[in-house]
Amino acid sequence: MDNLQPIFEQLFGNEWGGPLFLLVKNLLLIFAIIVPLLLAVAYLTFAERKIIAYMQVRVGPNRVTFFSIPWLRGWGQPIADAVKAVMKEIIIPTGANKFLFLIAPVLSIGPALAAWAVVPFSPELVLADINAGLLYILAMTSLGVYGVIIAGWASNSKYAFLGAMRSAAQVVSYELAMGFALVCVLMMSSSLNLGDIVTGQKGDSFLNWYLIPLFPMFLIYFISGVAETNRAPFDVAEGESEIVAGFHVDYSGMAFTVFFLAEYANMILVATLTSIMFLGGWLPLVDIAPLNLIPGMVWLLMKIAFMLFFFLWFRATFPRYRYDQIMRLGWKIFIPITLVWIVLLGIVMQLPESVLQSFPLNLWFN
Amino acid sequence: MNFQDFVFYSLACVVVIAALGVITLRNPVHSALLLVLAFVTSSGLWLLLEAEFLAIALVLVYVGAVMVLFLFVVMMLDINLDRMREGFWKWFSFGAILALIMTSEMGMVLMSKQFGSDNLEIPVPKSVDYSNTRELGRLLYTDYVYAFELAAVILLVAMVAAIAITLRYRTDKKSSNASKQVAVTRESRLKVLSMPAERKE
Repeated sequence: MDNLQPIFEQLFGNEWGGPLFLLVKNLLLIFAIIVPLLLAVAYLTFAERKIIAYMQVRVGPNRVTFFSIPWLRGWGQPIADAVKAVMKEIIIPTGANKFLFLIAPVLSIGPALAAWAVVPFSPELVLADINAGLLYILAMTSLGVYGVIIAGWASNSKYAFLGAMRSAAQVVSYELAMGFALVCVLMMSSSLNLGDIVTGQKGDSFLNWYLIPLFPMFLIYFISGVAETNRAPFDVAEGESEIVAGFHVDYSGMAFTVFFLAEYANMILVATLTSIMFLGGWLPLVDIAPLNLIPGMVWLLMKIAFMLFFFLWFRATFPRYRYDQIMRLGWKIFIPITLVWIVLLGIVMQLPESVLQSFPLNLWFN
Repeated sequence: MNFQDFVFYSLACVVVIAALGVITLRNPVHSALLLVLAFVTSSGLWLLLEAEFLAIALVLVYVGAVMVLFLFVVMMLDINLDRMREGFWKWFSFGAILALIMTSEMGMVLMSKQFGSDNLEIPVPKSVDYSNTRELGRLLYTDYVYAFELAAVILLVAMVAAIAITLRYRTDKKSSNASKQVAVTRESRLKVLSMPAERKE
C-alpha cells in the first residue's frame, strides 16, 4: 500500500501529496476496524439474547434464518433488527431542541469508535501506535457521557432528564476509580503505550500477566467499566422500572439504535482494554508449542469474548443497584482501595534490586 | 499554505467562533456546549504543537470531568433569561473597565521582550519515540516538586472547605448505616439474663 504514495505526490504535489495519502490510507484502515466491530456489535446482541435466554431456561431468538437453512435459525435476527430500525420513523418531540436531539446519538457513538484507534490487535497490527495511548483511551471514554447528557436535556422530558443526571454523576464517579486502576497498570509497565503494556506482560505463562499482582485493580477496572457503560446492574440511567427508559425514552428508529450500538461498542471496548491491560493482550496462555502457534489476534479475541461473557452473565444475575449504593461503592470502596494499592505498589517498586529479582517478584518487575 | 497551516487555520476558526458563541448565546446550556467545543478544538491545536500530554489532559480533565459537572449544574438551574439580562447596562461600564485592564495586562506580558518572536528560538520537532509525558513527569517531580505539592495542598484545602460547607448532620433522618450493620455482634443485640426460676405458688 505504501508504494501508492509517489502517485499521490505526483497528483497533488510534494506538499499535499504525503498528508493526503496518509488521510486516504488511514480512512481505509479505519473502515477495516469499524466494519468488523459493528458486525461484532450486531452479533453481540444476538449472543446476549441467546445466553440470557439459556440462563433463564428459555430458547431465545430462533426464527430468522438465512436462505431457509434450518441450523442457522436465529442467526438472521440482528440483521432483521437492523433493517427494522432503519425503516422506522425518527420522531422528534415538540419542544425538543432539534439540533442537539439529533447530534446526541452521534456524540455517543463517536468516542466509542474513536477509542479503537490505539488498540493493538497484535504486535504489528495497530492503527495509531502513539506514546500516550492509555491517556487517549481515558479521554475518549470520558467523552462518551456527553451523548447521554445532551440526549436527556434535548428531549425536553422529565424522565429523560432524570436518566441523564443519574448517568452524569455515575460516570464521573467511576471514571476516578477507573483512572486510578490504570495508574497502577502504568506504574507496572512504566509506559502509556498499549503495545508496550502488553509486551511488559510477556513471559513463560499467564503468571506474568498483570492480572495477578494487580488483581484488586482488575476487579475495580472491570466493575467500573460495567458502570461506565451503564450496563446492568448499574443501569440506573435507563432504569425501565423507575424512569421508563431513561435518557433515550424519546428516541425512536435509527436514532435509538445508534445509542444501542454505542453501548455495545463500549462494552466490547472495555472487554478489550481489560484483556490488553490485565490478561496479556495477544499473548498465549502458556508459551509452549501448540498454544503459541495460534495467532496473537485469536488469543486477543478469545480473551475479549471471555470478558464479554461476564457482562451478559452480570445482566442475567444481579438485580439493579439502588442509586445511593452505586455512589457508595464508587466513592467509599473503590477509590480508597485504589489509592492504597498505588502506594503499596510504589513501595514494592522501591524495594532493593536483590529483592525484586527474587521469586515471585521477578515475574513482574524486570 | 501547506497541510499543517490548513489544519491550524481551520481549528483556529472553530475556536474563535465557539468562544464568541460562549459569550453571546442566550441559552446557558448552548454556551456551555460551545465551551466544550472550544476546549476540544484547542486541544487539537496543542496536538499540532506536539504537546500530546497537555492536549489529552485538557480533554480528560476539562471536557471529561469539569464541563460535565458544569453542564449538570447549568441544566438543573431554573434560569430566567429576562431577569438575567436586566442588569446588563448597569454593570456594563464596570465590566468594560475590568476587561480593558485584563487585556492590557496580557498585552504587556506577551509583548514584552521575553516573548517576542525574535527572542524565542524556533522549536525543533522531536523524534517519534520522544515521550512528552515522561519528560513532563520528570520535571514535575524533580525541579518543580514544591510548586506541585503546594498546588496539591491548595486543591485539598478547597476540597475540604467545600465538603465542610455542605456537610450537615441531620438527626431526624432514617437511613441505614452499612458499616454499623456489618459490625454488629450478637452481644450488642441480644442479652441473656440469668434469672432465678420462679417458684410455683
